[in-house]
Amino acid sequence: MKKIEAVIQPFKLEEVKEALKAIGVDGMTVTEVRGHGRQKGHKEVYRGQEYQVDLLPKVKVEMVVASGRADEVISAVAAAAKTGKIGDGKIFVYEVAEAIRIRNEERGETAL
Amino acid sequence: MKRIFSMLSLSLAGAAHMFAQAAATPPSPTAALEAGVKAAQSSADNAWMLVSCALVLMMTGPGLALFYGGLVRRKNILGTMMQSFILMAIATVLWALVGYSLSFGEGNPFIGDLRYLFLAGVGGDPNTTYAATIPHQTFMTFQMMFAIITPALITGAFAERMKFSAMLLFTVLWSLVVYYPLAHMVWGNNGYLNAFLGGKVPCLDFAGGTVVHISSGVSALVCAIVMGKRKGYPNEPMKPHSLVLSFIGACLLWVGWFGFNAGSALGAGSLATSAFVATHFGAAAAACGWLLAEWLMHGKPSVLGGISGAVAGLVAITPASGFVKPMPALIIGFIAGIFCFYMVVKVKNMLGYDDSLDAFGVHGAGGTLGAILTGVFATKDINPAFKDAAGVALPVGMLEGNGGQVVNQVIGVAIAWGIAAVLTFVILKIVGAVTGGLRVSPEEETEGLDLSQHGEEGYNLEA
Repeated sequence: MKKIEAVIQPFKLEEVKEALKAIGVDGMTVTEVRGHGRQKGHKEVYRGQEYQVDLLPKVKVEMVVASGRADEVISAVAAAAKTGKIGDGKIFVYEVAEAIRIRNEERGETAL
Repeated sequence: MKRIFSMLSLSLAGAAHMFAQAAATPPSPTAALEAGVKAAQSSADNAWMLVSCALVLMMTGPGLALFYGGLVRRKNILGTMMQSFILMAIATVLWALVGYSLSFGEGNPFIGDLRYLFLAGVGGDPNTTYAATIPHQTFMTFQMMFAIITPALITGAFAERMKFSAMLLFTVLWSLVVYYPLAHMVWGNNGYLNAFLGGKVPCLDFAGGTVVHISSGVSALVCAIVMGKRKGYPNEPMKPHSLVLSFIGACLLWVGWFGFNAGSALGAGSLATSAFVATHFGAAAAACGWLLAEWLMHGKPSVLGGISGAVAGLVAITPASGFVKPMPALIIGFIAGIFCFYMVVKVKNMLGYDDSLDAFGVHGAGGTLGAILTGVFATKDINPAFKDAAGVALPVGMLEGNGGQVVNQVIGVAIAWGIAAVLTFVILKIVGAVTGGLRVSPEEETEGLDLSQHGEEGYNLEA
């Protein structure tokens, strides 16, 4: 099993969800986060007082899928989240040791 | 009920009329007509003045409370709004007990006497010295709304760090020793600066350039300097938490200001219209001025800049509103927009004091500019303030040939600055000693005024 963690532009969330639905991924966790990579931030000015805003709003989408499906899911997310501009975000992939469905204690890929 | 009563009194009057006819002296029909005209004018003036009273109160709450509330950080919204709201209560009580009397009792040129203590004798009959066509009580109420908003304006300077108890004591003392004397000097009968009622130095201040804006703005500057900067200023970000609230507040201020300035005509005649027009034009031109300056210097015209400019223009036009024509109103507003932008954006940062919400940069600076420009642009065509022995209107402003008026205005400004600066400093020292420090503790400041001073939060988003 692999965990796929994508930090994306907030306005791309709907497209990413649609793309995942289209390939049959039906579990995910979404969190509103703040962060930056190479994009850095932007400048805001209030009555001449300048503020450098480094951390920008992003959305983090997490899902755990069977190892064999990981590449397909990654491509779908990357395609849907892409604008081609700096700030599109990143995808991280982890190995997952175990998954347990709390309701009936199913384990492994059947729990996904 | 009222209608029945008036019909009854009519028929009673009719009966009296019949008796009178039977007696020796028939009343002249013109006298009855004159009385009717007088009553009609009084009703019309009173209607506008009561609306104006409500408009000026609306400037403090919700106007100023929203304007200031949006500019602070989220943890201080309630504390900031409360500083405006509590003055609607405290300043009102104080005004009823002694404030009105100390401001408008005849007294000496510097302070009123106690003839209206507890509002004695302030009833439905007009006070002909101040406003001959409206009930004395209406005049008292209208002036009260000014005594509420003026100390509320100062709260912008010490926002986010003053102890509530200290703020209460400060505003009470400030009303007693700064506001009432100054209001008396400029507007009270026999006041030292009163241009209409026998002042030694006739200073033109239609609706409160010196009394309201210079006094609050200069006191704000002293507060900011004496109290020191907010913890972390200017290194930590202190962004306004909701410019949406500030926007609504500023627009309410703009509307309320029609009561403030046009109401200062104390009647519903053409002078009120003229002041209304000047007020609106001043605000509009100042919004343009500030935005233009900001756009040129910072590359973007901001919403906060637009609304700040409008308020600056309203401040500057306040003393002039009942003395100038529409075109000078546009000029005064435009200059004020650029001048206050410069004061807030450049001068404040150069001098390094933390006037958190720019009470000085907008009200002190705009009020001073407006007071002086009033002496330049005032005209007898709008307000024949000065007359010779034969009753012929004399020139009023500098452009009309009365250059000395600018000198009078500068004297008025200097007196207002002096009183506000010195007495505010003294009051702050006294209040600090009595309440054990003007500021909340550093821990409370970090926590925010809402929780530390009032035990609640403005936004319970999870509730």
